[in-house]
Amino acid sequence: MSQKKYRILIGKPGLDGHDRGAKCIARALRDAGYEVIYTGIRRTPEEIAAAAVQEDVDAVGLSSLSGAHLVLFPEVVENLRKQEADDIPVIGGGIIPEEDMPNLKEQGISRVFTPGTSMQEIINTFTEICEKGAHA
Amino acid sequence: MHNIEQIVHGIEEENSRSIARAISIVEDGDSGADQLLDSLDTKKIEKSMLVGITGAPGAGKSTLTNRLVEHCRDLGKRVGVVAIDPSSPISGGAIHGDRIRMMQHAMDREVVVRSMATRGRLGGLCASAGAAVRVMAAGGCDPVFIETVGVGQSEMDIIQSSDITALVSAPGLGDDIQALKAGLLEVADIMVVNKADCPGADLLCMELEEVAQEKGRRVFRTVAAKNEGIEALFSYMRELFSTHRESGESARRRKQARQREIVDWSMEMLRPYVNELCESREDDLGTDPKIRALEITQRLLQDDDSRG
Repeated sequence: MSQKKYRILIGKPGLDGHDRGAKCIARALRDAGYEVIYTGIRRTPEEIAAAAVQEDVDAVGLSSLSGAHLVLFPEVVENLRKQEADDIPVIGGGIIPEEDMPNLKEQGISRVFTPGTSMQEIINTFTEICEKGAHA
Repeated sequence: MHNIEQIVHGIEEENSRSIARAISIVEDGDSGADQLLDSLDTKKIEKSMLVGITGAPGAGKSTLTNRLVEHCRDLGKRVGVVAIDPSSPISGGAIHGDRIRMMQHAMDREVVVRSMATRGRLGGLCASAGAAVRVMAAGGCDPVFIETVGVGQSEMDIIQSSDITALVSAPGLGDDIQALKAGLLEVADIMVVNKADCPGADLLCMELEEVAQEKGRRVFRTVAAKNEGIEALFSYMRELFSTHRESGESARRRKQARQREIVDWSMEMLRPYVNELCESREDDLGTDPKIRALEITQRLLQDDDSRG
């Protein structure tokens, strides 16, 4: 009688107040049937990881437009690891230069989206990643 | 798939991940949910105070809850919060924003917060939320706050299942008093006028006092954004809870809540069979839906007789 619904945490790490993108993704995911927890702006990586654990989410989506993604995104992954929750996949998005992608992947960010990514592709990726986690 | 014993042990150890996993297992109705619920520490559940916080959108429920949590932390208490938001009836999805006002406690291991969507369940929400509250209580949380917009029957049921119920209103929200008179005012133990420093607060207090006095209830003024009136409110909640425990009112409410939850779970468990019967036979469109429902329920009861 499982009534599984995928839960996703959308977080804005660091000193970046521009959250139109994050909210837009949150709404699109809701409309695709996900339960989305939004942390609000200016959170620390520790706070985001702790909230992801308490909410028992299937994936974390991080948004950053300020250029600090190379530091902040891996720190979220690291904090999840500290709480033995590094099985929760982390996806990133924002203003992220192409040359940073390999570095982010290496540090445990499952996927990275840029302004050119379509909403459908983002939703599909979340679905794929959540389903993979559920069957693991 | 889940190691239930390990999770139950984790709950006893007050481990965040175990508590969170346990709530998901129960909410999703995964295998092991029953074993899990059956292994919870009932003594802790018995003594933990469950406070229901309800009120119109924009009254300041999550800000107030956040302040109550802050105050409880000052008192050295371990606190649980279940924040309920509606699921979209179209997509089934939901956005939870209550975390935004709770983030100051994110790093505090003694504050357990969980967002929960209504998932379009008619009664099942009450059952899932009740189970989540018990998991938190078994994980050492006392008090547990459950916060919801008090509209709709199932949310009303949740509120009625609390030990103490606070109805939050605020000036400037329009005709809320009129709307609230319909039901929530009758079940609320405490009425809170939040944003009490705003124009219109005195009038709202006066109106609420009128209703409150008839029922021997009290009205509290708070300004949650400025952390005013929180201490008095919480100390009255505790006082009321201990009075209710002595008078047997608490036991009566818990028994009622338990029965409500049992009915909810039963209905949830019947749903798939009803759905199946509804779809299995060719539905004669000429039959009135109510008559068809009667046929289905009778059939279910008969099936049960033949099995038993």
